Amino acid sequence: MKKKYMLLPAMMAAATLVLVGCSGTGDTENGDTSAGGLSIDVPDVPMMDKLDKAEGEVNIVAWSGFVEPAWSDQFTAETGCVVNRRVAGTSDEMVTLMRTGDYDLVSASGDASLRLIAGGDVAPINIDLIPNFGDDTVKGMQGQIYDTINGKSYGVPIGRGANILQYNSEIVTEAPTSWDVVWEEDSPYAGEIIAYDAPIYIADAAVYLMTHEPDLGITNPYALDQKQLDAAIELLKTQNGIVSEYWADPVAQITSYAGGTSVVGTSWEILRKLTEDEKFKSVLPEEGSTGWADAWMISAEAKNPNCGYLWMDYTSSAEVNGAIAMGFGMAPANGAFCETSDEAAAHCEYFHATDEEYFENVWFWTTPLEQCIDGRTDVTCTNFQQWTDAWLTVKS
Amino acid sequence: MTSTVPRVTTPGQGRVQPAGRKPLSTRLHRSPRLRLLGLLALPLTWLVGVYIFSLVMLLVTAFWRTDPFTSKVIPGFTLDNFVRLVENPAYLSTSLRTLSIALLVTLLSVMFSIPLGIFMAKVASPWLRAFLAVAITLPLWAGYLVKILAMRITFTENGFFNSALEPLGLSGPGFSYTTVVLTLTYLWFPYMALPVYTAVRQIPANLFDASADLGARSWTTIRTVVVPLLKPALIAGSIFTFSLSLGDYLAAKFVGGSTQMIGSVIASNINLNPPIAAAFSVVPIVFVLVYLFAVRKTGALDRM
Repeated sequence: MKKKYMLLPAMMAAATLVLVGCSGTGDTENGDTSAGGLSIDVPDVPMMDKLDKAEGEVNIVAWSGFVEPAWSDQFTAETGCVVNRRVAGTSDEMVTLMRTGDYDLVSASGDASLRLIAGGDVAPINIDLIPNFGDDTVKGMQGQIYDTINGKSYGVPIGRGANILQYNSEIVTEAPTSWDVVWEEDSPYAGEIIAYDAPIYIADAAVYLMTHEPDLGITNPYALDQKQLDAAIELLKTQNGIVSEYWADPVAQITSYAGGTSVVGTSWEILRKLTEDEKFKSVLPEEGSTGWADAWMISAEAKNPNCGYLWMDYTSSAEVNGAIAMGFGMAPANGAFCETSDEAAAHCEYFHATDEEYFENVWFWTTPLEQCIDGRTDVTCTNFQQWTDAWLTVKS
Repeated sequence: MTSTVPRVTTPGQGRVQPAGRKPLSTRLHRSPRLRLLGLLALPLTWLVGVYIFSLVMLLVTAFWRTDPFTSKVIPGFTLDNFVRLVENPAYLSTSLRTLSIALLVTLLSVMFSIPLGIFMAKVASPWLRAFLAVAITLPLWAGYLVKILAMRITFTENGFFNSALEPLGLSGPGFSYTTVVLTLTYLWFPYMALPVYTAVRQIPANLFDASADLGARSWTTIRTVVVPLLKPALIAGSIFTFSLSLGDYLAAKFVGGSTQMIGSVIASNINLNPPIAAAFSVVPIVFVLVYLFAVRKTGALDRM
């Protein structure tokens, strides 16, 4: 992921700018006493320096499938920490839940993690306390911009995956190689296209425009200036005329394909598998795609930090990390898992776990900021609020 | 059995009354205001504490703002959220679409429930009447989400609706505006049908006879006799169908395709930007208030 490494210095500069920019917005209520408020100044949230006695329980907000008895029972037996799970459906819900202060850990995706870090809701992580987080972690998940700020790590990687193009091979007989079948007005499948229902989907339009309208100069789908955002919205509005429906609920997406309402559109590998029908196939189109990379993050106000650290370490081991990845259907963060068995190797092969070339074309969800994360300084980029607002106009 | 035990106490015995204090019942009897207070304290606490307070809290949030980066809500006072409602045409078109859906659902419910009510109350045998009453209320026993998902399966491309229409060479509406209207009508129909049926039952049979004696055909009778008498029932029912449709978002989500309603916008903003969601929730409140006010003007509320 060469280009993303190059973004790191730019990101650090951007982070500093966020600091300066946000402190000027008149947010005096939060004061200096709160854990950072809008500041993403790292020292504001103290890092755990050594492990103490386990508290006896840990409260986790997670995606469905990340915390399962299959591996959490073993954890409880080993450490004495009882695991309380709360399943969240969207990144936004996770952010809201973490701010209640009732939870110790969250399995945050890139679009939630920056908000959590900037909001002072999560604490930096002391990697020394997590022996399993080390060299085995796949290259593409080390020090990514969505969980590493100012050189401090805020997340322990769990896994990653791409938003793929799924199609019904009985109707879409010729395997598509481009996203054009879901974006272009004259698509042969107009009226049978399914699209993702969230503001972050604007980035998918931007990825398509990156290749097809190079004049717009988009180099990172999460760094769009107003003109580029308008172009993406325009494309989404065109698409609105040819979609059968939008999905946010995984069950709705599966039934939409299975019931024949949709034949082509955006999907996750796990959802394709869940249809249990070989006629549904998937492809990562030539334009690349958006994707997600998830990481454990620990609350700044964690009541059970020791159990939290123990959990992060436990789930980073090759076996447990692999079990989560296989359960959810994603590429594991721990590359060592791939060598544990033939089944594991097949899983890694299928999900391109160590195939950085594959993921080079995948733009992981990241919260859009006013400071362009592609390094541009001559323009202001659109922030997530503007994306949310613009997203409304797509469906009206 | 206690009857074998001789009674040794009489009422009042053993109770020591402190000097100058009367029993509670006496005091309540003397003071009507205290009586009223005692009676209303619990329901009022519920109404004010739970219902009105949370509504006010919601509306107060509409004047707060959200940090654009962290999506944290920051208390304060700003009218920005309302300005954005006006500036972004998506809010207006969504509001109007939702209003039209709610009105259509109400209209369809009225159109179905009047003939059904007349049939049940005046034509059907007691057995059939009981059967229909159960049939109407039966959907209320099932979960709301279950019913919407059932509609989703019915209207899906390979679903019942399309396969039933296929021999005729037609295809169903798929997931669209029309499907949302049909689904909401299905969901809220009992709330209209039951008051209408009850009201029709209360119309004396001799009014129908008189109308027939004067030469009116059934349509004229319905128009000039039944509907005016049903007005309070229709309005009571329409308050349910109208306001429930205005607030719904799951129907749009599961059977609406790309249909966007007020509820779906609020639902998608509730985590990202609670203040704008709160500001937008004022719109359906205004719609319902205007509706109630218009209804009050007609005087129908007095007869309910």
